[in-house]
Amino acid sequence: MAQITLVEAVNLALARAMADDERVVVLGQDVGRNGGVFRATLGLFDRFGGERVIDTPLAEALIAGMAIGMAAEGLKPVAEIQFSGFAYTVIDQILNHAGRLRHRTQGRLSCPMVLRTPCGAGIHPPEHHSESPEAMFAHIPGIRVVYPSSPRRAYGLLLAAIRDPDPVVFLEPTRLYRLFKEEVADSGEALPLDQCMTLREGTDVTLVTWGAMVFDTLQAADELAEQGVMAEVIDCVTLKPLDLDTILASVARTGRCVIVSEAPRTAGFANEIAAGLAEHGLLTLLAPVMRVTAPDIVVPYAKLEHHYLPGQRQIVAAVRKTLEFA
Amino acid sequence: MTVAASFEIPYLQCLDAHGQPVGALPAWAQDTAALVPLYRWMQRMRAYDAKAIALQRTGQLGTYASLLGKEAVEAGIGAAMRPEDVFLCTYRENGAQLMRGVSMRELFLYWGGDERGNRFERPIHDFPICVTIASQCLHAAGVAYALKFKREPRVAVCTLGDGASSKGDFYEALNAAGAWQLPLVIVLTNNQWAISVPRNAQSATQTLAQKGIAGGVPGLQVDGNDVIAVRQAIGEAIETARAGSGPTLIEAMTYRLSDHTTADDASRYRPAEELAEAWQREPIARLRGYLVAQGAWDKAQEDALLKAVNEEVQAAAQAYLDTPPPPVSQMFDHHYATLPAALAAQREEWLAGADGTDHPR
Repeated sequence: MAQITLVEAVNLALARAMADDERVVVLGQDVGRNGGVFRATLGLFDRFGGERVIDTPLAEALIAGMAIGMAAEGLKPVAEIQFSGFAYTVIDQILNHAGRLRHRTQGRLSCPMVLRTPCGAGIHPPEHHSESPEAMFAHIPGIRVVYPSSPRRAYGLLLAAIRDPDPVVFLEPTRLYRLFKEEVADSGEALPLDQCMTLREGTDVTLVTWGAMVFDTLQAADELAEQGVMAEVIDCVTLKPLDLDTILASVARTGRCVIVSEAPRTAGFANEIAAGLAEHGLLTLLAPVMRVTAPDIVVPYAKLEHHYLPGQRQIVAAVRKTLEFA
Repeated sequence: MTVAASFEIPYLQCLDAHGQPVGALPAWAQDTAALVPLYRWMQRMRAYDAKAIALQRTGQLGTYASLLGKEAVEAGIGAAMRPEDVFLCTYRENGAQLMRGVSMRELFLYWGGDERGNRFERPIHDFPICVTIASQCLHAAGVAYALKFKREPRVAVCTLGDGASSKGDFYEALNAAGAWQLPLVIVLTNNQWAISVPRNAQSATQTLAQKGIAGGVPGLQVDGNDVIAVRQAIGEAIETARAGSGPTLIEAMTYRLSDHTTADDASRYRPAEELAEAWQREPIARLRGYLVAQGAWDKAQEDALLKAVNEEVQAAAQAYLDTPPPPVSQMFDHHYATLPAALAAQREEWLAGADGTDHPR
C-alpha cells in the first residue's frame, strides 16, 4: 500500500472509476494535458484519452451545464471547477437543473454527476481562491454535498460520489491536498455517503467539523487529551443529507459540543448542526453549544489570511469555555 | 488595413407572405402531399394553444405561454427531427413537443401545475421544458457531446428566443459546440419581443444568427412564418450534424402574436398597428393560400380539420380535467433515487400534517 496525499487519492479514485466504468468522463479547465492546476487529474489524459478527459473552454457554467446534459444521456461526468471562488456561477445550473431534473421529470431523467472543486483557505493563493461555499450548496434540494478530510476518505467518498445515481458536489480541502500522507489501498471500495464518521472517541466534549478544519480539530483533541480532556471528534463528511443522529448520540454521552468551521458565521453550516442540537438534544446538553468559525468578512488576501482561519488555539479555548460552564 | 475575417448570413424564404413561391421549392416540398400534414399540425397547435388560454382564463390552468404565431417554427422542428434525436426546449415549443409525441393532456398537466406533465411517456429522452432562460443551451451541448461520444447518429436540437440570445449560457454553448463540432442544432426564434423589450433594444447586432459566427458555428436566417423554409433549413442542419459535420444556428424570423404569457398584457408596451401588420405575415394563412392555389386544399377540408382538432383538444382538456390531483407525496418523491433518511423523515412529518385545515384542498 502506498503512502499518498489527498490530491493523489483523488487522482487514484478518478483513475479507478474511469477504468471500472467507461461511461465516466472528466471535464474541466486544464484537466487534460496539464493534469489539472492541482494535478488532481494527472496522467488521466494519457491513459484514457482526450475524449474522456476533456479540456473545456474557459466557462464554468458550461462545465456544469454540460455535465447535466451528459448525465441525462447516460454518461457519468465528473466536472472540475478550478477554484471554489469560481463555483458561484454554476449554482444556477446545480440549483435549477442538476438538483431538479429527477424530480421535475418524476424520475424519467436523472443526473448522476459529480462537481468537484477545491475549497477553503490557507494556501496563500490569489483572491477568489479561498472560499467556503458549502452552506450555499447544502441549501440546494436534490443534491449531496460531500467534503472529505483525509486521503483515505477522499478515495472512498469520491468513488461513492461517482457511483451515486444523483448529483454530488464534492468539495476538496485545498489546504490538506498535500499536508499529510496516508496509506490508501486502491481497492475500489467506496465509503458510505450520508454518514458522519467518528474519528476519535471521547467522553468530555463532542467536536463536530468537516473539511480542512478536521485536521486542526484532531490536533486540538490531542492537546486537550494531554490536559486530561477526552474529546470526541466527528467528521460530518456528507453535509447534505446530514447524519444528525451520530452527532446527537455523541452529545448525549458528552453533554457538550463545539462546532468548528472555517466558513463565515452567519447562516453557516455550523448553525444547522447547532439548530439540530437545540431541537433534538437540548436536554442532553450540560453547556451551550459553541461555534468556532471565521468572522463574517471576505476571506482576506494572503497577508492576513492566517489571522482569518480559526485554528487549534481557538478550538481549545472554546472547549475550555464549554467545560467551565457550570 | 486588410480584412481579417468576413462572413455572410444567408436568408431562406420559400413562400412569401401571400403564399407565392419566391423560387423553385425544395424537392420534398414540390409535392403538396408533403405539405398538407404540416398544415394539419399547425392548425392542431393553434387549436391547442387557444384551448390552453381558454382554460387559463377560466381558472382551470396556470400561467401559460402562448405559441401563437410560431406554428411554422414548431412544425419545422417537429418534422425535421427523428424520434431518437433529443429536444431541449423552452416553454414556447409545445407545438414541436406535440409532434414529438408528448400528449396534449400531458402538456395541460404541466401548465396546470403538475410535474407529471414532464414525465411524458414519449419521447423518453427529451428534456423537460426549460423555464430559466438559455440554460438549456448548456445541457444541449452536454447531450450533443454524449451522443458524439457514444457514436450514436443522433442530434440534439435546442431552442431559445431572441431575449435569451443576450445570455452567456447561449454563447458558452455555441462556443463549445463550435470547438468540438458537436451534433447540435440551435433554433433561435426571433419573435421580436422579450416580454416588453423589443429586438432592437436587445442587441445592436444586425442579425442574431451572426452570433453563431463568433463561436465558429454557421448561422443563417429563415422566414419563420414559412414552414417550408423552416423545415428545409432545420432539416439540412440536423442532417449535417448527424453526418458529423458540426453544429448550426438558425434564426427563425417571426412575431409573437400573443402576450408573453397569460400574465402579460402586451398592449402596455406594443403598438397595436405593429401587431395588426404582423398578422398579415402569419404562417397558417400563408401555407393555406399556397395549398388552395395548388388545388390541394379546400373549404370542406378546412372545416373538417377544424372540427377534428377542436374535438381533439376538447377531449384532451377533459382528460386533463378528469386527472386526479397529484398525491401530496409527489412533492417529495424523486428528489433522489432513494430518499435519504433525513428527507424521508421530513416526508413523513409533512404527510402526517397534510390533512390539516391550514391549506384545504
